[in-house]
Amino acid sequence: MSNFFDKSDLVRKDAENIVSDTLKNCDDGELYLEDSKSESIILDDNKIKSSNYSSDLGFGFRAVSDEVVAYSYSNEISKDSLKSSSENLKSTIKSVKGTYNNEIPKSNKKFYSDINPIEQKTLNSKLEVLNKVNDYLRKKDESVKQVTANFLGEHKSVEIIRSGGEAITDIRPLIRFNVSVMLERNGRKETGVYGIGGRQGYDDYLQNDKWKNVCEEAFRIASVNLESKPAPAGEMKVVLGPGWPAILIHEAIGHGLEGDFNRKKTSAFHNLMGQKVASEGVTIVDDGTIDNRRGSLTIDDEGTPTERTVLIENGILKNFMQDRLNARLMNTRSTGSGRRENYRHVVLPRMRNTMMLSGNQTQDEMIKSVDKGIFAVSFGGGQVDITSGKFVFNCTEAYEIINGKIGSPIKGATLIGDGPSILKEVSMVGNDMMLDPGIGTCGKAGQGVPVGVAQPSILIDKMTVGGTKL
Amino acid sequence: MIKDQGFLEAKAAYCLDVAKKIGASDASVTIGHSISETVNFRNKNLDESNRSDGLAFSIDTYIGKKKSSISSSNLLDENLYILIEKCYETTKITPEDEFNSLPDKNLLADKLKDLNIYDNTHIDNDKKIYYLKELENIASEDKKIINTESSFTEKKTNFILANSDGFCSGYKTSSFTTSCVAVAKDENSMERDYEYSSKRYLDDIKDPQTLGKLASHQTIRKLSPKKIGSEKLSVIFDKRIAKGMLSAFASAISSSAIARGTSFLKDQIDEQIFSNSINIIDKPDIIKGLGSKNFDSEGIKSETLNLVKEGVLKNYLVDTYNGRKLNLQSNGRSGGTTNLYFENGKQSYEELLKTNSKCIYITETIGHGSNLVTGDYSVGATGFLVENGEFKYPINEITIAGNFKDMFKKISLANDLDFEYSTNSPTMLIEGMTVAGK
Repeated sequence: MSNFFDKSDLVRKDAENIVSDTLKNCDDGELYLEDSKSESIILDDNKIKSSNYSSDLGFGFRAVSDEVVAYSYSNEISKDSLKSSSENLKSTIKSVKGTYNNEIPKSNKKFYSDINPIEQKTLNSKLEVLNKVNDYLRKKDESVKQVTANFLGEHKSVEIIRSGGEAITDIRPLIRFNVSVMLERNGRKETGVYGIGGRQGYDDYLQNDKWKNVCEEAFRIASVNLESKPAPAGEMKVVLGPGWPAILIHEAIGHGLEGDFNRKKTSAFHNLMGQKVASEGVTIVDDGTIDNRRGSLTIDDEGTPTERTVLIENGILKNFMQDRLNARLMNTRSTGSGRRENYRHVVLPRMRNTMMLSGNQTQDEMIKSVDKGIFAVSFGGGQVDITSGKFVFNCTEAYEIINGKIGSPIKGATLIGDGPSILKEVSMVGNDMMLDPGIGTCGKAGQGVPVGVAQPSILIDKMTVGGTKL
Repeated sequence: MIKDQGFLEAKAAYCLDVAKKIGASDASVTIGHSISETVNFRNKNLDESNRSDGLAFSIDTYIGKKKSSISSSNLLDENLYILIEKCYETTKITPEDEFNSLPDKNLLADKLKDLNIYDNTHIDNDKKIYYLKELENIASEDKKIINTESSFTEKKTNFILANSDGFCSGYKTSSFTTSCVAVAKDENSMERDYEYSSKRYLDDIKDPQTLGKLASHQTIRKLSPKKIGSEKLSVIFDKRIAKGMLSAFASAISSSAIARGTSFLKDQIDEQIFSNSINIIDKPDIIKGLGSKNFDSEGIKSETLNLVKEGVLKNYLVDTYNGRKLNLQSNGRSGGTTNLYFENGKQSYEELLKTNSKCIYITETIGHGSNLVTGDYSVGATGFLVENGEFKYPINEITIAGNFKDMFKKISLANDLDFEYSTNSPTMLIEGMTVAGK
C-alpha cells in the first residue's frame, strides 16, 4: 500500500482535518489519493518499438452540495496544495445547510490480490515473449506482412479519505496482452487483432505457451477477412456469437441505464423502470464481483463495495447503476458503480462487467431459423447516442447466413439499432454464455475505464446492416 | 499562475544533466504545465466547477541506437532522478534500432514566430457563470427543449522541449471553449444536439446568444426523425462532419502507417487520389490558429505543406524515425498535422445542395467504422433528407458506407470554408454512397 504522506509535508491528521473542515456543510465528498505505475512495451515491424514506464501520483478533492459538484485536483501532495484546493471548493460550494452522509457500506471481500504485475516479470522476459510472438507468426505463413504485439501493465494504489477521517484503500493490478497481424494475399490486405487480460500477473495469462493461442486467433481472424465479400445493406436478422459481441448490450442498454442520464432524464430509459424493455428470457446484470476480471473492483472510486446489480430481469427493467451523488438525488442507494479514470476526473456512474445470462437455445437452432441474415462473431468498437437511443458497432468477423446455413465471410460493416427496442427483437437466447477475453475499455465524458462483457449467442429479428451491397 | 519558461527550462536542464551524468549518449525531455478551469451548468443552474493544475514530464534516453522513455507527473528532483535512472537501466536492455536518433540538427526550429496563440486574459468563474446563464436562457426558450447542459473552459499551457544537442524551446498557449448540449422532446422522439466555440482569444468566442440559438435550433430540427429505405445516394457532409474525412486521410498518410505498410495510401505519392479540383494544405503558421505551432514534438520547424495538389498526393506526414525508414526527410509532422484544410470548392453551399434531386445531408456520424488498411468505411448517421435543394425531414438509424479510395475521387466541395477547428473542410458532397436503412 502506498503511504501518500511519507514524502510530503502534509501529515495524515492535517489532511483529515482539511477534509472534515471543507466538507462540513456539504452533502458528500472525499479526498481521493492515487499512486499509479504503468508500463507499455510494444513490438512492431520486427523491432521493440517502444518501452515506456510511467508513474503518476496525485489527489482529487471533491465537495458535493445538493446537485452541485466542485472538484479540484493536483499532482503535488502537499499542505499548500491541499489547502488551495480546499479554498477553491469552498468558493464554489457556498452551502451552509448540507448534512454529510457518513454511511458507507463495508465489506471484507476482495476480488483480486495485491500484486504488482510490472515487477513480477523482468523486462527481459517480456521482450523475449514479444520476440517469440513475432517469430512464430512470421514463420507461420508467408502472407504475414506485419506483426504488432504489446504488453500493458498497471499497478494502482488508491485511498479515499472521507469527512471524519474514515479511510478506505484498494490496490488494483491490471494487465493486457495484444497481438495484431496483417496478412497480404493476391494484393489484398487484412488485419486480425486479439488480446487477453485481467487483474492478475502476466504469467497467469501467458505461461505454457498460452500466448500462441492469442497469435492463432489474430491470424485466424485476418485469414477469414482475406476471403470476405462486400457486406449486405439493409434490415435483416442477426445472430450474435457468445462473449465479446456483448458490447452490443454495453452500448445499446448499458449506458442508458447509468444513473446520471436517468436523473437528468436524458436517457431513453428514464421513464421505463418496472416496465418491459426486453423479450422474456432476457436477464442482464452488471457485476463488479467476479474474481480477477478486467471490470471487477473490490471497492468503487467512492469507497463503496461493488456488487452484482440486476439491471433487467426476465425482460423487466429493475435497476439503474448508481454512484453516491445520483443515488442520493434519486432516493436510492449506490450500487458501487462510481468510477473515474484517475485522480484528474470526477466520479461518474459506470459499468463494470455487463452480462446477459444464458437461456435454453443453441446457436445451431438460431442459424437454422434464418433465411437471410448475418452471423456476427467479433466486433471492434461501438458507440451510442443516449438520448435518441441509437447505437452502432463494427463487425470485425462476420458471415452471411443463407437458408439456415453459414456462408461466406463478409467485410467489416457497421450495425445500427435502437437501444430501447433492440432487446424486444431478441427472439432466441443461447445456453452458451461466455465472458470476453478481458480487453474492453469504455469511454464516457472523456474518461476511459476498464470493463468486461459477457453474453450467450442471441438471435435478433431485425437490425440494419451497413454494408455496401444492396 | 502558469509556470514561466525559467522554471520549466531549469527542470529540463536538470533532467538532461542527470541523463548525461548517468551515461545516456543522448536524451530529449519535455516539461509541461497546464491549468484549466471549467464551469458546467445544467438547466440554468451551476452543476460543477472543476479546476485542474498539472505538471508533466517525459524523457527519452538513448544509448547509441537503443532508446526507451519514461513519463511522470511528479516533478520533485528526487523523483526525477530515480525515474531517469530507471529509464537508463531499461534502455540498456532494450534492443538496438538503427533508425533511432535525435532529430537532424539543421532541421530544428531556430527562431519562433509570434503566432498569437496565447491570450493572458483570465476570466473568473463568476463571469463564466454569467455567460452560461445568458446562453442557457436563450437555448431553453423553446418549450420543446427539456434539458440544457453547457460549459465554459479556460485553459493555459506552457512547455519546454529540450534535447542533448542543445535544442531548448517552448511557448505558452491558451484556449477558451464554450459549449451547449440541448435535449428536445416531442410526442414521437427525444433528440440531442450541440454547438460549441473554441478560440485562442477570449474575445473571439461566439456570444452566448448566438451559441444558445444554434444549439436549440439544431436540436429541435432533429425531432420526429424517419428511417429511410436502402439505396445508393449522394451524401452531403456538414462541415462539422466533413473534417473527419480529412482526419482519416491524415492518418492514412502518416509516415508510420506508410512505413508499416498498413495504409491504403501506401505507394500513392504523385498518384491522383482525389479529383483534380481538390487541394489539401497543412499550414502551421495561421495567426490565432487552433492547430498552429512553431515546431513539431521533436523540435523540427513546421512549414506549410501542400499535401494534395489538384488531386495528386504530394507529401506524407513525416517524422524523424519513420522518415529514416522510408528514406525521407522529416517535414516537421511528428505528432500529426497542424491547421489542416481543404481549399474551397467552386460552388456555393446552395448549389451543392441542388446537385442531385435527392440526397441526404449528414450532421452526425457514430461509430469507428474507418479501416485505414483497406479503406473500407461504414458508420451510423443522422441527418436530413434533401430534395431539390430543400431540407424535407430528419432521418436517423441509417448507415452510410463506401471505400475511401473510391469516395475520395467523388468528393466535391462548396466554397464555405472557415477556420472553426484545427482541421477544417467546406461542406462536402460524395456521390454514390450506399445508404442502409429499412
